[in-house]
Amino acid sequence: MEVSGLPVSASQRAKLASAGYTTLSSLSSISSQHLARDLNVSNEEALQILNVVMRTGRFSDLAGASIVAGAQSAWDMLLEEEHNKHITTSCGDLDKILGGGISCKEVTEIGGIPGIGKTQLGIQLAINVQIPVDYGGLGGKAIYIDTEGSFMAERVFQVAEGCIEDMLKLNVSQLKDVETLKEKMHPNTFLANIFYFRACSYTEQIAVINHLEKFVSEHKDVRIVVIDSVTFHFRQDFDDMALRTRLLSGMASKLMKLAKQFSLAVDMIGDAEILLQSGSVFFDTTKGVVILNQVTMKFTDGSFQLTLALGDSWSHACTNRVILYWNGNERHAYIDKSPSLRSQSAPYAVTSKGIRDVVSNCKRIRMM
Amino acid sequence: MANKIISQMPLPKSISHKFAARNVLTAKDALSMTEFELMELLDVGFGEVASAIAQISEIVCPPCQTALELMEERVRDECLGSRLPTRLRGLDDALCGGIPFGVITELVGPSGIGKTQFCLKIALLAALPTSHGGLNGRVIYVDIENKFSSRRMIEIGAKSLPEIFHKEGMAREMAGRILVLRPTSVSEFTDSGDGSDAAALLWQRPFTFGCVAVTLGIFLLLQSSLQQIKLSVLEHQVKLLIIDSMAGLILGDLEGDLKIFKQHPLAWHISFIKSLAEFSQIPVIVTNQVRSQSCEEVQYSFQAISKVEAPSNQERVESRLVASLGIHWAHAVTIRLVLEADSGQRFIKVTKSPISPPLAFPFVITSSGISLISDEGIEVKGLVINTIHGQGCSEIFASAGKSYD
Repeated sequence: MEVSGLPVSASQRAKLASAGYTTLSSLSSISSQHLARDLNVSNEEALQILNVVMRTGRFSDLAGASIVAGAQSAWDMLLEEEHNKHITTSCGDLDKILGGGISCKEVTEIGGIPGIGKTQLGIQLAINVQIPVDYGGLGGKAIYIDTEGSFMAERVFQVAEGCIEDMLKLNVSQLKDVETLKEKMHPNTFLANIFYFRACSYTEQIAVINHLEKFVSEHKDVRIVVIDSVTFHFRQDFDDMALRTRLLSGMASKLMKLAKQFSLAVDMIGDAEILLQSGSVFFDTTKGVVILNQVTMKFTDGSFQLTLALGDSWSHACTNRVILYWNGNERHAYIDKSPSLRSQSAPYAVTSKGIRDVVSNCKRIRMM
Repeated sequence: MANKIISQMPLPKSISHKFAARNVLTAKDALSMTEFELMELLDVGFGEVASAIAQISEIVCPPCQTALELMEERVRDECLGSRLPTRLRGLDDALCGGIPFGVITELVGPSGIGKTQFCLKIALLAALPTSHGGLNGRVIYVDIENKFSSRRMIEIGAKSLPEIFHKEGMAREMAGRILVLRPTSVSEFTDSGDGSDAAALLWQRPFTFGCVAVTLGIFLLLQSSLQQIKLSVLEHQVKLLIIDSMAGLILGDLEGDLKIFKQHPLAWHISFIKSLAEFSQIPVIVTNQVRSQSCEEVQYSFQAISKVEAPSNQERVESRLVASLGIHWAHAVTIRLVLEADSGQRFIKVTKSPISPPLAFPFVITSSGISLISDEGIEVKGLVINTIHGQGCSEIFASAGKSYD
């Protein structure tokens, strides 16, 4: 490995290079005093460089060997995946295509046109993550990052009531249980377990996401992070699209790290799950998409297509991508991208109690 | 918060000086760069940059509230009023009491459907004293299309709230609280020197002018003095902002030239109006026009397969109505009400709301403004939610004896 790849400051790197230290091996057996003299820096600084070298070196040494630090065999991953928890969406059909619900440890992006129910789904998940373990839930807490100001506490209360009602129905046979549940479960408890951040600019949004790591380490029972929506601030105030892409990808990698890291550090308790809810959805595709269509040969249609916002490089950022859309008179969710799930769609409904299954024989009142 | 000064943060002296030396002055500057860019720029190791960023982030990070605290806050505010009732009982019930504060509520509909009527009524209601269920405040009415009619407003008031309006001087007082801004000429203001000066002038004494020009250009200027607007809104007890219509304000066909408009005027209008609503906690009502679009549904690429099966009779080009500001804008509004006409009947339809299911209420326009025929909303399902019906408009107008062309 080259010295130029070391995570040290630019001037230190230059000094190392000019003193002839170009490879890591040249630094591997050298004392800090020696290095300090060669580079003409303080002993502490030299020691610091050597520390960095050691850390990097250990990794690269192992890379040569068969077992790599931090890596997992595919078999172990399979075993772990079986323990992987899912957060139900309260809609059976939707859970089915998602393999049991929104998966922990993964970043899921959900998009759809305005009014399709993105915020509703976000709220529903923030409530459902709190279903106690006895009732097949995770008993966790939720972080809700609101960039659009569309989070309404009254609605969260309604959804929480609906959720408790359903739990009571499930357990109607065990009467005494119902009593204790009723005592324990109050919509207010649910509300108290949702940590809400209102980000008013993209700077704040980045700050919240940077801060999450610390916040989550203080609140280990957080199991879901909902960002509603990642797009809003990034669609305005940006002239420099390259900067936007850099910031977004930085954000995505932090979120992915957050999703993964905690299940390793704090066994099974703290694996915060990220649901990236991409809100703003498609360009009403004019210019940008026309070029795209030419490439994908869909220009023959001469029509516009819907696609999720923030562009192509962003579309790589999330592990799963779910698109909500209207299919005839029903709301459907479609798995647009997932490494493990089939691309298929399922209907869902938004009711006064929250996200639910579509009742097929429901009375359809149509407007003339 | 985003513009917090780094040198005032309790960072280690050494790194704080480096930030200053490299002209990274605010949190926004620092967070707009990746860690690696900062390492290059500040010439320090990764660890130091990471810890500095973590500290900056923690300081800039907005405070955390639980949803319960939000709810309690809302209940506390309820006494002061956190919603503006429309006095259309069915609609108020659906929206949990009326038009909420702090968010954008949008009215979409074909011309002549009653958007302005709705706005006139709402403006009046907000101006009413609290004892009569109003907000007892001033109203800023941005009238882009010169459609505001004081006479009509007084008529609506006198007919719908006779007990108030028959009091001596009441009509005058109420109407006096509604400040109408009309665009006359951009140059008037842009020529008067520095943009922010013009904006400052406008907003320092906005209420001494009965009528001032507000245009796209002015709005752009105002960006620089957002703080001033906020202050003046608070200072002068402005309780409602109405923009009739947003589409007129933005000018031109947005969709036609997305490249130009995508990032600029509209984009920051959205943040501007949204933040104005939020910081001053007032309801903001905007109207949006409709335009027609070829009938073809805009779809996702994965839906294209089913589209092939659909018969493609392109010869007869049908058109349907869509809101003239595109999808980008539609995401920014919190509540969208569609006013439409279908089979000779006018409907007001809640198409987007975090609290209400999609409901449609039939209404008529009378001399006392909009009134609902039934307070029982018809639940709307499926695609119909987002469509805007324009048929039968003319029938209504004909039966109402209005002239149309």
